[in-house]
Amino acid sequence: MWFEFVVGSPLNIVLILGAVLGATVLLIWFERRMLGFFSERLGPNRVGPWGIFQSFADVGKLITKEDWVPPFADRLPFIVAPVIVPVVMLLSFAVIPVAPGMGIMDLNVGLLWIFAMAGLGAYSAMLGGLASNNKFSLLGGLRAAGQMISYEVFMGISILGVVILSDSFNLREIVEAQHKNGWYVFPQFIGFIIFVIAGLAETKRWPFDLAEGEAEIISGFNTEYSGMKFGLFFVGEYIGMLVLSALIPVLFFGGWYAPFGLDFPNAILSGIFWMCAKTFCWIVFFILVRAALVRPRYDQLMNYGWLVMLPLSLINVLVTGAVVLAQGN
Amino acid sequence: MLTVLGKQLYIIWSQIVTLWLVFMHIFKKADTVEYPDVMPYMFPRWRGRIILSRDPDGEERCVACNLCAVACPVDCIALQKTEDENGRWYPEFFRINFSRCIMCGFCEEACPTHAIQLTPDFEMAEYVRQDMVWEKEDMLINGTGKYHDYNFYKIAGKAIGGKGKGEARNELPPIDRRSLLP
Repeated sequence: MWFEFVVGSPLNIVLILGAVLGATVLLIWFERRMLGFFSERLGPNRVGPWGIFQSFADVGKLITKEDWVPPFADRLPFIVAPVIVPVVMLLSFAVIPVAPGMGIMDLNVGLLWIFAMAGLGAYSAMLGGLASNNKFSLLGGLRAAGQMISYEVFMGISILGVVILSDSFNLREIVEAQHKNGWYVFPQFIGFIIFVIAGLAETKRWPFDLAEGEAEIISGFNTEYSGMKFGLFFVGEYIGMLVLSALIPVLFFGGWYAPFGLDFPNAILSGIFWMCAKTFCWIVFFILVRAALVRPRYDQLMNYGWLVMLPLSLINVLVTGAVVLAQGN
Repeated sequence: MLTVLGKQLYIIWSQIVTLWLVFMHIFKKADTVEYPDVMPYMFPRWRGRIILSRDPDGEERCVACNLCAVACPVDCIALQKTEDENGRWYPEFFRINFSRCIMCGFCEEACPTHAIQLTPDFEMAEYVRQDMVWEKEDMLINGTGKYHDYNFYKIAGKAIGGKGKGEARNELPPIDRRSLLP
């Protein structure tokens, strides 16, 4: 019972939690290394082989730094804010199915759970910006709140097409339905594009890092943070990126099932491998987006969100629903 | 309406092109020179650590004329002139404060005897600030630096012990001003 590959078994929990945290730490190094390669540099390569232990050195530095709360800050929210992101993002990873019989929770409202958790994540930036009692932090917090709440709207609507097609909110059943009917990227291409863009905005990653905007508002909501409190914001962002990179394959690219029938004989091993491979591709894509694209203005962000993405996603849901109804009859 | 749509499509297309072009950079060789592992090639005229050279006979070239100290824009050179028994001028002390030095090379340009020269060495970091002040013994080398044949006292008209008036290279013997005969 304890050491079986059943959803929610302690073995699964330990494995997935360890893998997520380890991947997050490696991701910080990997992103910097990839950004280096994209701009014809080498990136951090001094600590350990290929610089793998760079993140551990960074964490060591952040932990040994002074844990300082500014005297003008609102103490309790200031301390609570950075904890919210990593916790919430880890919780949302719980419902992601990694392989058949491998996962932490098998929730029949898995998709809604992820959106609930992502919604809570907005509090982190808001509270951090508000509690810092600093005008730049407040601007950053405002931007983060506005951006995350408005992009959440059609992030939810954009995947309703997937829900309609698979007839379920359960991520495991969505993957199984894709195994039967083919990947959902093809019938849901518009929904997929909107989901990727909204997901980028939701994790506050480039090019939608207006909440941080180093050049304009000096790192925004985390201006006043230092040491491991800043590190928690940082780690939270990377776990969010990991969740997003794992969610896109689950929703649109057939989850743990191999493309072109390239399965291994062992279902669990094959599932883990293909899930990791697909997630890795998306991580590289998000790093590429960070390296290549420029940040839009805030009004451009809002215009695109409300005037382009929202109508497009609504049309997508309407058309998908109509087609499914027509086929059903 | 159509122009607006076309403009939006062009924007999306340009984003995709950007992504593609940046992605192709991953196959190019990095420009980074991994300095402590690989020494970069330093050009002979690189303006680095300052040395004081000697002439081909092995004597100090510096004649303590103070032109380098005057030319120095950050006033990092200090020296005091003295004279030996032959009448050669040389610096009693010659001190460069490398924490102020900006490696501009003006001292090298100002030097009439090619004594002070800049070298391609740049690894001059110190743990103690006082160690950045270099004395003459630290800077004086046994060679001639970049100019191998130049010997100031062999060319200049100044008389020193062992070389009288008119004995320098390309120099005529002194004229007897009291004689009117051609």
